[in-house]
Amino acid sequence: MTAGRCTAALLAAVLVCGLTCASTAAAEEAITEEYESISNANEHVQAQDDYARSQKRREITEHDDDQNEPPPSSSSSSSSSSSSSSSPPSKDYFKEELVIRPLSSGDIYASFQFQTRWDTDFFAPGKKVSHYRLFPKSLGQLMSKFSVREMHVSFTQGYWRTMQWGQPFLPAPPGAELWVWFQDSVADVDGAWKELTNVLSGIFCASLNFIDSTNTVEPTASFKPLGVGNVTHQRFLRYAVLPREIVCTENLTPWKKLLPCGSKAGLAVLMKSEKLFHSSFLSLAVHIRPVCQDWGCKGTAWELRQTVNVVFDLHTTGQGKREWSFFKMFSRTLTEACPLATSSKVYIDVTDNPQGELFELNPAAPSLTQAVVLGDRRTYAVYDLMASGTFGLLRSLNVLLRWKTPGNFSTQVDMLRPLLHGERYVAGYGLQTGEIHTLIYNNHPYRAFPVLLLDIVPWYLRLYIHTLTVTSKSRENKPSYIHYQPSKDRLRPHLLEMLIQLPPNSVTEVTVQFERALLKWTEYTPDPNHGFYVGSSVISALVPSVVAMDTIFPESSYFVRVYTEPLLVNLPTPDFSMPYNVICLTCTVVAVGYGSLYNLLTRTFQVEEPSPGVVKRLANMIRYLRGVPLL
Amino acid sequence: VLLNVLTCGLFVTEKLRGRYAALSIAAVVIAVGIPLWWKTTETYRAWLPYSHINELGSLQLQLSMEVEVVFSRGTLTPEQQKKVPLTQTREQQHHVDENTGLKYRYEMKYRTATIMEEDALRQPTAEEADFSLYKLSESPCGSVVVYVIPETSVLLPENIKVYVGQRRTALLRGQVGQGGELKAVLSALDPEIEQVVRTMSFSHEDIMAALSDRIRMGRLSKESLADSMRSFKSSPGYEITFSLLNPDPQSHNLHWDIEGAIHTYIQPLLDKLAPVANHSVDSQILYYAVLGVNPRFDNSVSAFTLSADSLAHVINPVEARLGSNAASSNPVLNFLLFVPDAHHSPLFIQDHSKRVVDSNAFHSPRWGGIMVYNVNDRYGQEAEFPVHIDIDMAHVMGVFLAQLRLMLGVQSAHPPPGFLLQSPGSAGLTDWELDRLQWSRTVENVATASTSITSLAQLLDQIGNIVINDNIAQQVYNAVTSLQAAVAELEAGNLAFALQYSREAILASERAFFDPSLLHLLYFPDDQKFAIYIPLFLPMCVPILLSLLKMAGELRQRRKEQRAKRD
Repeated sequence: MTAGRCTAALLAAVLVCGLTCASTAAAEEAITEEYESISNANEHVQAQDDYARSQKRREITEHDDDQNEPPPSSSSSSSSSSSSSSSPPSKDYFKEELVIRPLSSGDIYASFQFQTRWDTDFFAPGKKVSHYRLFPKSLGQLMSKFSVREMHVSFTQGYWRTMQWGQPFLPAPPGAELWVWFQDSVADVDGAWKELTNVLSGIFCASLNFIDSTNTVEPTASFKPLGVGNVTHQRFLRYAVLPREIVCTENLTPWKKLLPCGSKAGLAVLMKSEKLFHSSFLSLAVHIRPVCQDWGCKGTAWELRQTVNVVFDLHTTGQGKREWSFFKMFSRTLTEACPLATSSKVYIDVTDNPQGELFELNPAAPSLTQAVVLGDRRTYAVYDLMASGTFGLLRSLNVLLRWKTPGNFSTQVDMLRPLLHGERYVAGYGLQTGEIHTLIYNNHPYRAFPVLLLDIVPWYLRLYIHTLTVTSKSRENKPSYIHYQPSKDRLRPHLLEMLIQLPPNSVTEVTVQFERALLKWTEYTPDPNHGFYVGSSVISALVPSVVAMDTIFPESSYFVRVYTEPLLVNLPTPDFSMPYNVICLTCTVVAVGYGSLYNLLTRTFQVEEPSPGVVKRLANMIRYLRGVPLL
Repeated sequence: VLLNVLTCGLFVTEKLRGRYAALSIAAVVIAVGIPLWWKTTETYRAWLPYSHINELGSLQLQLSMEVEVVFSRGTLTPEQQKKVPLTQTREQQHHVDENTGLKYRYEMKYRTATIMEEDALRQPTAEEADFSLYKLSESPCGSVVVYVIPETSVLLPENIKVYVGQRRTALLRGQVGQGGELKAVLSALDPEIEQVVRTMSFSHEDIMAALSDRIRMGRLSKESLADSMRSFKSSPGYEITFSLLNPDPQSHNLHWDIEGAIHTYIQPLLDKLAPVANHSVDSQILYYAVLGVNPRFDNSVSAFTLSADSLAHVINPVEARLGSNAASSNPVLNFLLFVPDAHHSPLFIQDHSKRVVDSNAFHSPRWGGIMVYNVNDRYGQEAEFPVHIDIDMAHVMGVFLAQLRLMLGVQSAHPPPGFLLQSPGSAGLTDWELDRLQWSRTVENVATASTSITSLAQLLDQIGNIVINDNIAQQVYNAVTSLQAAVAELEAGNLAFALQYSREAILASERAFFDPSLLHLLYFPDDQKFAIYIPLFLPMCVPILLSLLKMAGELRQRRKEQRAKRD
């Protein structure tokens, strides 16, 4: 136990050190050396260290352009960032892009990203930021009022099927997810968190106000800041998931309002709610974080990323034909870029189609670009909306993609199985106990890598932590780091974080038994027989890259976060007229007992005279008739 | 026979025992059961200062102010000068309604000017004289100093009788060397001084408008009602938001130096208003924001026009884009600068008589102002879109500043003829205007806070289900003490303190009134309560009641028998 605590402390120290030093890109070399010196410590420290380093790397690379999204082209992106930093008067920039990837299952994955960057410091002493141009005022006020350093909120409808679709650009669990890093100047983090969730629920018309201490945790390792800065103690982090949350148009409308062009111009025109919500998966997200203004990181800038990830199921909506276009998917076409944007592009993933043998694009893409996305080299066809030629004679862009082998889906190339994948289910029967099974798949043929598993279980499932077992390849796999925070009834959930080494090409199974608690009758939801949701587990890992063999890419592994399915657990549910029945029954019993006792106490007892015999009665009757006194 | 007697005796004792048992059970139920039930089902209700609240229900306000009248050389004869300094008190009483009374108390102090003041009055212009008088001594908040200068003085232009400066001083042309009693001189001056005081400080109309929360509308004049409806209700803070609406970013690339403009034009006014309320200012630019009305093309002026009737419909669609303030719950003042798109330019606002409004702006009561800013004359036909346009902030802010003054309740004084008012200068607000605002804000705060406290007390009194927590009691107590302090300070004439206490009172009273804990048990219906009680109470109470009735019947029977026996 003490050894475990020791490693945890060491690990935290490494993390803090890494993150403080690594805030500038220039310091990158120094950090690597420092890591090297530490890395001979211990195996799991090495793993964690790797994780931190890659997070850092990722962050640094993301300053230029997002690693998750294909960069337009390396030369143009660097030139744009340098030119933007050299023009002081306009201090905010807006970029929009849409990436479309035909999935091997036949579905279409469309990912919108709107990025607003503002070169200003919200927390510069003595200066209040109150004049907004492209950055939405409501979010800016929120950031400065609650001293938020980083905020990530997502609303997701549907579950991302990693096995069929591969990795998403930005993973999100079903329902609503919110995690916030506060500034280290915040004294009352819980109070700020409570108020922040209430304000956010107002801004996004969502039930974020149901976030309270019973579903809020402070993960120690799974959610590290994605921006620059040096606060890494989890005291300033709050994480909550509402798996029950249903996402609908009332969330999309305020989300669109945050865009400078609204839904009037640019790519946001395509976001028509009746089409977006008629899909297999839809995730709206808002991410705010501090980033470096330039390579030297002289000042910080605020980056707001608004993303929509949507998967259209064209099997069911395509009427048997396997082709899609903007108009078919969104029932709109593009006519202009947002005039406020500095870059506005549409990317279409044509990796599986190098010579145009599978499908054809119409109009043909003006240019192609290559990028490494999630450890895989992809080729994209690029349509630049800022270029005048893109829209053609009709002054509208309606990209059409037509497969050459209609109706024959089996000929498609097999999708590379995702290297990391997770599943979860509840086992057991009856309403007393059960068992949570989490399966983590490592599909890499020869590399083992560590993953961080984060599990948040509500207090009404009482985990028996002594039954926790981790097995891979039918052998026990001892986690090198376990952080467990037991629940308190009606106060806080269970938090379980583990660092597990996954052997190559294996399935690791984590099981833990639980007991179902009886709730108070006011604590049940209006539809208790539907069941109670338990949020997804979060698996964070550095996955070895497939293209790692090519030495031109420095990235030998990349960061992946996988969310498992949320669970739906039945709790013992009483008949809700029961309290009244119990009252009635008890009262009746009490009344019966009381009544007899009362009778016994107050009744008058008297000795009854024995009734006279028949002879005597006869004699008396005669005497009565004769007028003689009775006997 | 013996047996008979024995059984009879036994029967009697048995009957007595039963009676005692029934009685004692009834006694236990009444003495222990009912209090226990009462105690365990009781809602917690903290003690409230009801008697003080009732006192506040009938509000007798007294406003005291100090008026200093200074006679410069040549306005009094030497005999008259001997009798000053002199102090007089004048009172006016108004009965507003059955619960509210008003009393104004003016403390008039007469004295002659000091040598330094005489020097100051010898400045070439009234403005300079005003400034040097201000430098000599600063008069306290809420007071007024009137300098009486000789009729022949060249300080004031011809046919101007009274000059009101930027601070709390006024210059009044007096009659030269009038002989006779001092009293006659003073009473001759009286009407003019009263006019000055009514202009520079509170007037009865202002105070009545401020009391509009307490008194019924019919008693107010139409104009003061309109004034009070236009400005925002008194609040501890205001959020001022400037929004630039650019419906056509493809043609117009608009730039406004809002930071500099606020610093130059708005901030001085807000700094001046700091004792009245906290203000926070922010700004945003909204693209593709359109008005709710399609302007009509008017051939006679070859421009698009918005008629005065359609202005009411302009705001709603814009408001959906403005976004509420996420960081506070203070009222928001919106100022919108609308730049019409290239195809609908120029756009002019017409008033009811179909004339183009000069400022091209309008305001909406208790909401804010909208200004239309045409930019079509800044570029020619062949210009390359989007056109870079810098907005002339001095012009815009002039309009917004006037609207802001209206919204914040700085009433425009209507000076009587012969008055010359000095313009407020860079601060946008003179000291006496601030005083006027403070008087009416204080009275308004006192009226609002007392109304909300009394109605809260009434509500809590009427609905027994409401739980009153200790913190609510504390807030009510704070509100009541602050209110009492505010009323006392008004009586003493300390305007600044009175305003301070009245702000505290309004904060505490609102916090108490809107506390969410008051709502918890408000809607717990009685029928459900009785549905739960009846299964226990009915079977328990019926035998007790029956045996008590039986006993009472027996008692009556025996009395009757005894009476019959006696007869």
